Amino acid sequence: MGSWIPEFAMAMARWVQAVLPGLPHLLRGRWVEGGAALSLWLGLLALAVVRFDRILQAPGGRLDERVALLTLVLALGAVWGWSWRSGAGRGAASEEGEGNRGGILPGGWRAFRKNRMALLGLMMAVSFYLAMLLTPFLAPFDPLAMPAFDETGHASLRLAPPSPSHIMGTDQYSRDIFSRILYGARISLTIGLLAVGISVTLGTFLGAVAGYLGGVVDSVLMRLLDMFMAFPGIVLLLAVVALFEPSVFLVAAALALTQWPFTTRMVRGEILALREREFAEAARALGFSRVRILMRHLLPNAMPSVVVVATLGIGNAIVLEAGLSFLGLGVPAATPSWGTMVDHGRAYLLDAWWVVTFPGLAIVLAVLAFNLLGDGLRDALDPRQGGTVER
Amino acid sequence: MLLYAVRRVLGAVPLLLGVATVVFLVLALAPGDPASVYLKPGMSPETLEQIRRNLGLDAPLHVQYGRWLLSFLQGDFGQSLAGGMPVKDRILAVLPNTLLLASVALFLAFAAGILIGVVQAVRQHSLLDSVLSGGSLLFYSMPSFWLAIMMILVFSVNAGNVWGWPVSFPPSGIASDGHDLMGPMEQIRDRIRHLTLPALTLALVLAGGIARYVRSSMLEVMGQDYIRTARAKGLPEWRVVWKHALRNALIPVVTLMGVYVPLLLGGTVFIEYVFAWPGMGRLMVESILLEDYPVVLAGTFLFGAMVVLGNLLADLLYGVVDPRIRHGHG
Repeated sequence: MGSWIPEFAMAMARWVQAVLPGLPHLLRGRWVEGGAALSLWLGLLALAVVRFDRILQAPGGRLDERVALLTLVLALGAVWGWSWRSGAGRGAASEEGEGNRGGILPGGWRAFRKNRMALLGLMMAVSFYLAMLLTPFLAPFDPLAMPAFDETGHASLRLAPPSPSHIMGTDQYSRDIFSRILYGARISLTIGLLAVGISVTLGTFLGAVAGYLGGVVDSVLMRLLDMFMAFPGIVLLLAVVALFEPSVFLVAAALALTQWPFTTRMVRGEILALREREFAEAARALGFSRVRILMRHLLPNAMPSVVVVATLGIGNAIVLEAGLSFLGLGVPAATPSWGTMVDHGRAYLLDAWWVVTFPGLAIVLAVLAFNLLGDGLRDALDPRQGGTVER
Repeated sequence: MLLYAVRRVLGAVPLLLGVATVVFLVLALAPGDPASVYLKPGMSPETLEQIRRNLGLDAPLHVQYGRWLLSFLQGDFGQSLAGGMPVKDRILAVLPNTLLLASVALFLAFAAGILIGVVQAVRQHSLLDSVLSGGSLLFYSMPSFWLAIMMILVFSVNAGNVWGWPVSFPPSGIASDGHDLMGPMEQIRDRIRHLTLPALTLALVLAGGIARYVRSSMLEVMGQDYIRTARAKGLPEWRVVWKHALRNALIPVVTLMGVYVPLLLGGTVFIEYVFAWPGMGRLMVESILLEDYPVVLAGTFLFGAMVVLGNLLADLLYGVVDPRIRHGHG
């Protein structure tokens, strides 16, 4: 008798699972994943409700609005799907699978998850990029609109301090700073990603070639690298931007020019060490071609370190791009990047501290996210390093 | 030691040539005619051709490169387009200011970084350790130009009047207007007051990274046998930490100094710009806005050269503090 009780409980659990993904994890004590999933789910739903009118117009709207709609749907779907897969009664089994699956993080996900700071960094980075994609729905105001007066038609909005309607205040043209920061993220965050994409691809290739071939190629490349590393990044960037016409691609390429030596040097070192390991020797003994050994055996093992360098590199690139924009030499764009906003706000430092402070805070938080994430990945991927330090 | 020093110095020479080469490459790859910066309205094509010939732009690229290298290494950077002064004079006028700012900031950064790192290592896993770690990472992630503005906001604009801050520092320039009328002691005080905010900002940005490095270096040393021996023979803990451990932990930190030279000099660009400090970085940014390319290229070269020399100094210093380096493989 009474076999319906567990059945009912199961049904309830499924129902809760479907409506509030993450809650079952939370109840089972997996605070981090559960909390992140649940808050992301609720946040996205709240956004969808509050901005319902904008979402309705999105399908026929501008490109960024359509992208935002797609992001919203995909993000909701991803949270829900993840929760369903990993939470629906298969908890233990799927967790086992997760630990062994990650290609780039071999068994490292568990070590990574223990690192609270790294998780915080990951969440910050993800939310920054989500916010960037969802900007058309998130931004309370038009970033370019210059209303002379507030809704009541009396008070001037010029350089208005932070208030409930303009949570970060307004600038000298009465534009909402919070909205401008959201739109400014596009340049600041994508250029970093683009620059690191270029520099990591180039650096990995050159580093692998130098490390594996050795000899003259190696010495020539390393001397070249020393030359480029002799310049402070911003100085080389200034020289390039001064002589060429600034565009998104040029700035990204120039940023990559300042970053590739670090990837190259690191990959070369990794390949040099891996080349002497037994598995590489075995591959040579089996008569595999050099290209195959490099591509299939050595490089995959160097990838974890590449990921770390790339993560830290994104933070670096964001700071450099912000600096360039701050000096007035960055990418010309309709909505300014964070560095430009700090630059423009500098003239109003005496009257309006919020104009410079908030865009700068956005830079700090974005860079901090990637530094935390990079440090955490390094610790998770290289237990030796963490081990000797944390003896 | 002498052999080691000679080897290091000889190693720096090709690097210096390389730095000049990179600058030439940037110029050679740039679109447009370098002579066009001299172009004025109403100039005849013949005159432009003459200018090109005077500048040596009609010669083949490798000849241009040779001349360029020779003149750069002799310190001849041509004429500045703004004002017509030799580039060399303009740079020499501001170089000491940059060196002063950079050296004071470097000293402050390492002093603070070492102190924080040691305290963290001694109190590992304590609340203080976590707070200092978080603080280090925060400052390490900050763009220097923004921190500079925040420093001005707190210690200059709002100091005294809003938050009742006891001290305020001048936000810009290298000396007050009436500097020449002051007595010698007053002059020194005035200069120090102007130097405080720029040097402190630059040091704060750098100190975080140094502290993290010193912390891990100290932790590694603290686990060594000779530290246990020092403790076992009854030395007071402060002696163990500050004499036995720190001395050994600082050896790798000296190499860090070489790594930090590019970061330091790159930082001066922003700091000088924000604090209106008349140095190399500010000159470079101003020259870019004025399209004064000879100054930009010379500045780029000199920044690279300063990094090479800074690394050389760090290498030599490393040889001094670590006998294994200068006697061993060197």
